[in-house]
Parts: sequence; structure tokens; C-alpha cells
Amino acid sequence: MFRARSPRSLPAAVLVTGLALAVSACGGGSGDTTAADSGATAAAAQLNPNADLTKQSVTVTVWADYTPKELPEKVKEKLKFDLKVTLHDTNEVAMAKLTSGADTGIDVAFVSGQYAQALNEAGLLEPLHPELIPNLANLYPEAKELAYDKGNVFSVPYTWGTTGICYRSDLVKTPPASWNDILNPPADAEKKVTMMTTERWLALPAVKALGYSVNTRSDEELAKVKEKLLAAKPHLLGYDDTTFGDKLKSGEAVMVEAWDGWCPTTEKNIKFVVPKEGSDLWVDTMVILKSSKNKEAAHALINYILSPEIHGWAAENILYKVPNKAAMDQVDAKLKADNTPLQMTPAQLLQGESIIDLGEDSTKFSRLQTEVKAAK
Amino acid sequence: MTSSTVSGAAAGSRSHRSRVIGRLAFLGPGLTYLIVFLLIPLGMVLSYTLFRRGRFGGVVYEATGENFTRLLEPLYLDVVVGSLKLAGLATLVALLVGYPTAYLIAQLPRKWKTIALVAIVLPFWTNFLVRIYAWIVLLSGPGLVNSTLVKLGLVDKPLELLYNEGTIVTGLVYSYLPLMVLPLYAAIEKLDPQLREASANLGARPARTFVSVTLPLTLPGIVTGCLFVFVPSFGNFVIPELLGGGRSIMVGNLIRDQFLNARDWPFGATLSLALLAVLIVLLLLQAWSSRRA
Repeated sequence: MFRARSPRSLPAAVLVTGLALAVSACGGGSGDTTAADSGATAAAAQLNPNADLTKQSVTVTVWADYTPKELPEKVKEKLKFDLKVTLHDTNEVAMAKLTSGADTGIDVAFVSGQYAQALNEAGLLEPLHPELIPNLANLYPEAKELAYDKGNVFSVPYTWGTTGICYRSDLVKTPPASWNDILNPPADAEKKVTMMTTERWLALPAVKALGYSVNTRSDEELAKVKEKLLAAKPHLLGYDDTTFGDKLKSGEAVMVEAWDGWCPTTEKNIKFVVPKEGSDLWVDTMVILKSSKNKEAAHALINYILSPEIHGWAAENILYKVPNKAAMDQVDAKLKADNTPLQMTPAQLLQGESIIDLGEDSTKFSRLQTEVKAAK
Repeated sequence: MTSSTVSGAAAGSRSHRSRVIGRLAFLGPGLTYLIVFLLIPLGMVLSYTLFRRGRFGGVVYEATGENFTRLLEPLYLDVVVGSLKLAGLATLVALLVGYPTAYLIAQLPRKWKTIALVAIVLPFWTNFLVRIYAWIVLLSGPGLVNSTLVKLGLVDKPLELLYNEGTIVTGLVYSYLPLMVLPLYAAIEKLDPQLREASANLGARPARTFVSVTLPLTLPGIVTGCLFVFVPSFGNFVIPELLGGGRSIMVGNLIRDQFLNARDWPFGATLSLALLAVLIVLLLLQAWSSRRA
């Protein structure tokens, strides 16, 4: 998912990057396809728990404003090594950085779950050494049950969330409860509904309304999905990944498909609901590159990020849920009360189905997107 | 004697060589820039068209022609043709609005000319996105235009002014109109007024003068202006996204999507090649028309 630090009010400036890049989407973990059976996971390197970290330095690649600005200073102070933060706008850019072949110089990367899975399949990730990350104990038990990486073998979840309907409770008669409310809106929402524009999320409402898996590869099912999406198009205001929150605030739209962290529920009449047919589960993770020469320090960094102080920062500032019980418990009660999506429990989240990378079959969704959007 | 001839020839070749070196020194920076930042990247993009998509983006170097067969599928051809139509319409409207504007400015007294030209360029000082976003504020359901119309009792409920192809054309015309007016102004300005007087003296009515004298002589300006508007319109993807509400896509959106979310660089490159081919044809037309003038 494209990250804006303050998804609540997307200013036009954010849009600049937003439009060009946002579209590349939020990630999810994987469904049932496990990466582990690819056999790409080579044996873990021998790491020295007593290594002198002051001789190491770590470079991470992460979305802008996704970790605290002062993280390098804090790391220097607490862990005594240098941290260099480089940025990527989207998972695609991160993948380009990490798969470019030669030693990329990157030790730790933040990518979405299905990308972590793909990197692992490509043999680029270092299996984690849990003994070097004692703070893994802070995670919810559910955070170890993520289908793309059961047991956190090569990735540690950083944030997670889902997709649902964000709506104006004062402008719709009946609150939406089903994806069909978006696909075939009631009269008071006619032409006041937006759906997302990025392939997998564009398809999500129809996929779920039809009871299919978000990771379907079946041509027959996708043909039905297309039919449903084309039937929905005349009722829509438009397709929007970046400004749906603004459209809702202005009243231009009354009901939009939205990522939970992007639904401006702090506004008086704006509410978020996960439709009864179910939805997806996306996870952004931290991974350590096999090529890293600073693996001990990389583990120490991940361990530090999992501390309630840093991980709690993410919840309070990005307003995404973090899979860290200790961190979530210390999130300001008022902030939680104001942001209903922050109240979702891990158990509720895990009902969502993880989006995985479909390899060659992902072109089917690209085509579907073009077909739907190019239709008159 | 023999020796003097030889030394003369040597001197000649020396001065020739230093001339070549001198030219290279002047050409060097520009040439390096063009090669490094234009030719090489362009060559890379074009070479991608021949290969397969890599799973994580990038290309797999297995030769294939499928990108081109895919380009010819109705799904994609329709998008290209649709973009041509929208960009063409935007260019036509910009010409119809821009020509009288440029003509008027050219007739103004010198002082007002400058002011008018600055006014034409002024919008460019504001961020492109802010200007586009302003249209949403104006035209949306609860926006300024609709709320005024409703208040005045002219309409019962807000009109659907946004998120259709008409809004896309409006946005394109609005954004690129200055690029039409400026070359037209330059062409009209340098037109010798005596030519029009001569035409009038010979008995031509103003309309005839315009068609037979002014128009042909300003044709290069017209072609340049049209090109300046058409080129950025054809490849635009922000305006269809924002003002079109993403309800229809142009070839620019398609290319952006291939690179940034379908991770299909080869097909994205093929679409870019198609776009480039159209633009090259147009540039050739422009070169031809300005040579004729």
C-alpha cells in the first residue's frame, strides 16, 4: 500500500506521489501457498550473539514516514551502530532495489507480505534467528499465524490491516454491510460510490461478493468477476485509491472502498465496516537480506523496532494497527476511541484472506483492471 | 620546395584537426548528455519490447513477439485510439480558443501585450496538480458551480459535471492552452500588416484575407501550437485519473500501470513505443509544414 504518514487528510501534495505511485498498492500476506516449500530457504548463517555491533552499520529501505524520523539517532544511542535509512515509494521500487543482482548494500527491507514471500522464494532472505530478537515475545500469537510465513521464519510483521467500506453515516439511510452495497448501491448512494483502482483491490468487492478467494486464478471465476464489475461501473462516481477520504468528507461520495487506516473515522459521521462476505488481510513486514554483512546488527535493529516505544509510534502516527500487543496496549485510549479501525482485534483481522503474489497469473488481474476501466 | 609543400599540408591538417577538436569540445557536453540520458535509456526501453516480463518486474531476456500482438488486441488499441481522440479534441478546442486570443494579443499596444502574455503564462507558476484539483472543487456535486446553480434555482439537483470524458478534455485544454497561445502569438506577431493591407487593397474581404493570407502564413505557428498541446495531452495520466475519476483510461494510465503495478515492463515499453511512433509522425508533419512556410 502506498503510505502517507497522515492518511486522514490527503493533501494535494501527497497526491503528486500518490497518483504516480500509490497505485502500487498495499500488500498482503499470502494465502495458503507457502513459500517454505520452494526450498529456496538456505541454511541460516552462523551468527555471533556477542558480536561487536559498534563495528557494524545497517542500511534499511522503507516507505517515507513509516518509521520515526529520529530512529537513526536513537539506534546510535541505544545500540551503538550507524543506521542509514533509504526510501522506496512502493513495493515495486523496493523489489527493483533488492533484486538488481549485485550486492545492494541493503541489510533490512520493509516490504509487504507477498513480496517478502517472493523474495524468500528467490533465495534472497536470511532466515531469522529468533534468539537474537527477544522482543518477538511482544507480538500477538496471531502474528505468527500469517499464511505467507507461518512462524515468522523469514519476516517479522510491522503493520497489518484490511479493506472495507468507509461511509457517511449521515448520508446513507441504511449502513452498508455487504460488498453488494458498493457494487449495486441503493438509490441514495447512486453515483456517489468509489472503488479502488489497483488491480487486486479493484476486484476485491466482486470477488468476495461472489464468494471466491482473493487469490483466485480461475478464468471462469474471473469472467464472472469482470461481469459484476462492469455492471457496477455505471453506478460509480469513479475509481480512486488516493483521495476517497476527501471525497467522503466533502460529501461527493457517501460510500467508498477503503483501506482501514485510510478511512477518516475521526470525522464525526464517517464510519468503517468490514463487509459480511469477508475481506483481505495485508501485512507489511521487515526482512533481513541474505547479502547483509551486518546480520547481528540487523537483528538488533528489528528487536529494537519491536519495542513498545518504536512500534507504538507506528500505531499512533501512521494509524495502522501493529501486530505488537505491548505496543497496542500503550496506544492512547482517546486515539483508539476516535479511530475505530484501530480497535479491530487480531482475531478479527485474521478472518481476512491474505493476498499473495500470483506469479504469471497476476497478469490476469492486470488485464481485468484494464478491461473494466477501459469499458465505456 | 617539396619540403614546403609537405609542411603546408601538415599545417592545413593541423588546423583542420584543431577545428574538429574545437567542435567536439563545444558539442561534447550536450552530446554526452543526449547519449547518456536520452539515447541509452530510450534504447533500453525499446529493447524491452522484445522480451518477456520478469516476475518481480524487469525483463527476462527471452525473445518474444507477444508484446506486439498484445498491443494489437482491441482492448489496448481502443485505449490508444480513445487517447488519440481525447487529445485531438483537446487540441482542436485549444486551437479554437487560442487563435482568437493570440490574434487579439498581437493587436494590443506594446504595454498591454506584455501584460497579456504574462497573464497567459501566470498559471504555470502554480503547481499543475493544484490547478487540476481546483477543477474538482469547482465542479464536484457539492462544489461551487453546482451549489450556486442550485441556490439560484436554475437546477433542482446538482449536475454531474465531473468524472467524464468532457471533464478530461476541459482539464487538458485548461492545462495546455498557454502552449497553444504562445507559438500562435509569435506567428501572428511577425506577420507583416502590409500584407493584409495589400490583400484589402486588392479587394479581398476580411474573411477572405484571413483565409488566404493570415491563416497560411501562421500555419507553422498553428502546427507548433497543436503539437505542444497534443503531445502532453496524449500521454497524460493525471488528468484522466483526477478529473476523469479513473472511469476511463488513456494510454498514459496504461503505461503507468504496466510499470508501477502490473510489473510488466516489456508491455509498458511496447505501449511507450506506440506512443513514440505517433509523436514522431506528428513531428515529421510539423517539420514538413514549417519547411513549406
